Amino acid sequence: MSVRATGGWRLRKNTAFLLMVLPGFIWLVLLKYLPMGGIVLAFKNFHFARGGFWQSLWESSWCGLQNFEFLFASQNAWIITRNTILYNLVFIVTGTILALAIAVALSELLNRRLAKLYQTCLFFPYFLSWVVVGYLLLGFLSFDKGAVNGMLGQFGWQPVQWYDQPGVWPYILSFINLWKNAGYNAVIYLAAIMGIDRQYYEAAEIDGAGKWQQTIYVTLPHLYKLIIVMVLLAVGRIFSADFGLFYQVPLNSGALYPTTDVIDTYVFRSLMYTGDIGMTTAAGLYQSVVGFILIMLVNKVIKKYDRESAMF
Amino acid sequence: MFKTGRRGVGQVSARGNLLLNLFLFLLSAACVYPLLFVLMISLSSNESIAANGYRLWPGQFSFGAYQYMFTIGQQIITSYGVTIVVTVAGTVLSVLITSLYAYAIARDDFRYRKFFTYLAIIPLLFSGGLVPFYMVSTQLLHFRNSLLGLIMPLAFNSFFIMILRTYFRAGNIKPLIEAAKIDGAGEFRIFFRIVLPLSLPGVATIALFSAFAYWGDWYNALLFIDQPSLTPVQAMLMNIQSNLQFIIQNSTNLSAQAFDLLRNMPTDAARMAVVILATVPIILAYPFFQRYFIRGLTVGGVKD
Repeated sequence: MSVRATGGWRLRKNTAFLLMVLPGFIWLVLLKYLPMGGIVLAFKNFHFARGGFWQSLWESSWCGLQNFEFLFASQNAWIITRNTILYNLVFIVTGTILALAIAVALSELLNRRLAKLYQTCLFFPYFLSWVVVGYLLLGFLSFDKGAVNGMLGQFGWQPVQWYDQPGVWPYILSFINLWKNAGYNAVIYLAAIMGIDRQYYEAAEIDGAGKWQQTIYVTLPHLYKLIIVMVLLAVGRIFSADFGLFYQVPLNSGALYPTTDVIDTYVFRSLMYTGDIGMTTAAGLYQSVVGFILIMLVNKVIKKYDRESAMF
Repeated sequence: MFKTGRRGVGQVSARGNLLLNLFLFLLSAACVYPLLFVLMISLSSNESIAANGYRLWPGQFSFGAYQYMFTIGQQIITSYGVTIVVTVAGTVLSVLITSLYAYAIARDDFRYRKFFTYLAIIPLLFSGGLVPFYMVSTQLLHFRNSLLGLIMPLAFNSFFIMILRTYFRAGNIKPLIEAAKIDGAGEFRIFFRIVLPLSLPGVATIALFSAFAYWGDWYNALLFIDQPSLTPVQAMLMNIQSNLQFIIQNSTNLSAQAFDLLRNMPTDAARMAVVILATVPIILAYPFFQRYFIRGLTVGGVKD
């Protein structure tokens, strides 16, 4: 009898838990797993026909890898892949260095009140939307009224059509990325620095190490693991770009596409403006699959290096 | 975070401290300056912008842009309303859905916890991409020109699940759950009466992340909304920008329609005023809640 009671109780309890996950479960199925099934579009010759989307999907013919062939035959696939990877590489290197510099500086500052104030300022851009960031930049780069052209004018130089110059945008976007995200990453490193045992610094000081040497030989080695894990995680995401940065900040200016178009913006524009559903799905799938492989590889490397920090 | 500040042994020299201050001051100024600049543009009179371009110290101050926004600019009030409704409804919904889900998979005695944990993590690793998501959203879920299209896509977040699970697994909660079970309380009662109040810092962190995400969201509006009456503030800002692009691109032969647009469009100062109005709630709220964000960042790995 007691066995039965336990069994019944367990079922009842699991029912309660199942009810708790139910809303999230429905959400995951509808907004994540159902779209995963939608990748069949990448292998179909899809056209909107009478009878709506579902009937068109059912009736459109299979075309094998034709959509992928079409995608990779164009220049676009190469350009957007190159841009996405190069931007991410630059972001990883510059972002890590600046975030570390900020974290070390904040941790060494004598006045804690000031440190807190600086941190608040540095963390702030992270909370602005990309639309707002686009406007802030426009205040500086606007052709006829922007601060930068105003300054050029004072030196007697010609104003520049910044939104027509693809060559300068890799620098601008890299700078904006640092501006928005360095403070956020610094917070993570700072927390780790605060966790370092003070005794190491005292011992180093007794041995005659200056502050700079303490940073190099005590602080950084303690952060090594964290830095490597953070960099590897970023490498795992190297195939996806922050859509807002590449869409809003250059104001979606067509002249800049050669240097600002990344996979995410390309997929978005293809979906909205060209309507080639099959090829666009193929581009998105290409991104997802390569991204998935990268994340799995990175997780494997992290696991080997530091079990604790692996994602799963 | 700064409570364990360093004193005594191992301090930087006075000169080093000065250099660090200089470095951090310059960076901090660079972070805050652009917004200050845009604030000053929004306070400039049209004439002084026309004469001098954007200046940090305008030749002539004016509140005209803000007056314009609130008298003629009916759209900003509508958009503000949309943003507030979406932010409040969305935050409540997402806190409810994510905390229930995270609590269930945090309980060791939930038989299917492994399955539901993986179910939440897999979308972090692989997705169907934009096109299938867009098709399901518009064709099956009818998100086009619906508030649901602004609320639902952000209502669940695997990252939140991982943060909350850490809180729900804290050592001080377990014995209380056991005690309540012995007293015969149901699982939902235990969750709402005991676990949720005890995990308030974690829940508050999620609520804040969520509220900021809803407030700053323009992406879902870009995908799903083209009706002005459903356009949130961020998207309205975005639309003002693309209208300008449109006019510039067609400036050689201005059609009557474009001319009309141009005439009705907010001036430079008014546009920057919308930027300020869209950002003010964040500027006001963020410093108070900063520690929650920092905690959220440093808590919760995606591990089982």
